Amino acid sequence: MTAASVSLGASVSSQSRFMQLALAALLGVFVMGFVGFSHIDAVHNAAHDYRHSMAFPCH
Amino acid sequence: MNLFRNVVFIAAIAGLVAGVVLACMQAYATVPLILKAEVYEQAGGGHSHDHAAAPAATGTTAMSTAAPAEAAASAEDEGWAPADGFERFAFSVLANIVTGVGFALILVAVSEFAGGIGNWRQGVFWGLAGFAVFTLAPGLGLPPELPAMPAADLTQRQIWWWATVAATAAGLGLIAFRKSLPLAILAVALIVTPHIVGAPQPGSYETAIPEGLHHQFVVAVTVTNLVFWVVLGAVVGVVRGRFTGTATSLRDSFA
Repeated sequence: MTAASVSLGASVSSQSRFMQLALAALLGVFVMGFVGFSHIDAVHNAAHDYRHSMAFPCH
Repeated sequence: MNLFRNVVFIAAIAGLVAGVVLACMQAYATVPLILKAEVYEQAGGGHSHDHAAAPAATGTTAMSTAAPAEAAASAEDEGWAPADGFERFAFSVLANIVTGVGFALILVAVSEFAGGIGNWRQGVFWGLAGFAVFTLAPGLGLPPELPAMPAADLTQRQIWWWATVAATAAGLGLIAFRKSLPLAILAVALIVTPHIVGAPQPGSYETAIPEGLHHQFVVAVTVTNLVFWVVLGAVVGVVRGRFTGTATSLRDSFA
């Protein structure tokens, strides 16, 4: 938090900035994909009501 | 990895708050409709998707160690499933929070590229964009469905869902952050294309679910998601503002 005075990462280079943000977005997609879209039965059953409530493709 | 850590921190707080809010709304608005639909599902007996098969009696006599075993035994072909009642609710809450953090990670990361969400009001607009991308656009082709409703092949629908989300996000991004007419036209084309291609549709639309119930469900899903996204964006704006001290403006990039 040392450099976060104006933006969240003012001090980091633009390339590193891009990599870190892309990594964060990718992590988010992965988390969502696993909980909401995984074909593993146990995962599907555990989040069944959630998937329906979010209008994710289900069954 | 300073920036990455900050993004994850903000996303975790916002996802937690918005996920809990969404779970509470679902408990009143959507889950009762899903349970109603499962009654039709079981009455029809056609679909083998029975969560309610775990006898209610076991829940009262056995502790949580025995209840999942019962549920698993009754739904052997479909693998483990949480027992009805508290356990099922708890897993729904967990799914809400975990994916809330997932959505928040995407929202924070993408918005940082555009200068970051400076305050709660900007957050509301980012939230509306998220709602359009993740709920409205895919919901046009693949409306929220209840159990026992006919649907096309799962993998194909998931591919269409992701493609629509990506195209809509790209389109909205072009409109918001590029001041060029050709790009704006391209953006509209991007948003429209998935719907011209069309979502995978089932062979037959016959279902035991009454249309009124389904309509109620579509409205409930859409409205709960709208609130979720607005809350998510607003909380990101507030937390990020606290984090950075100063609220940076999006105006420069938002034209």
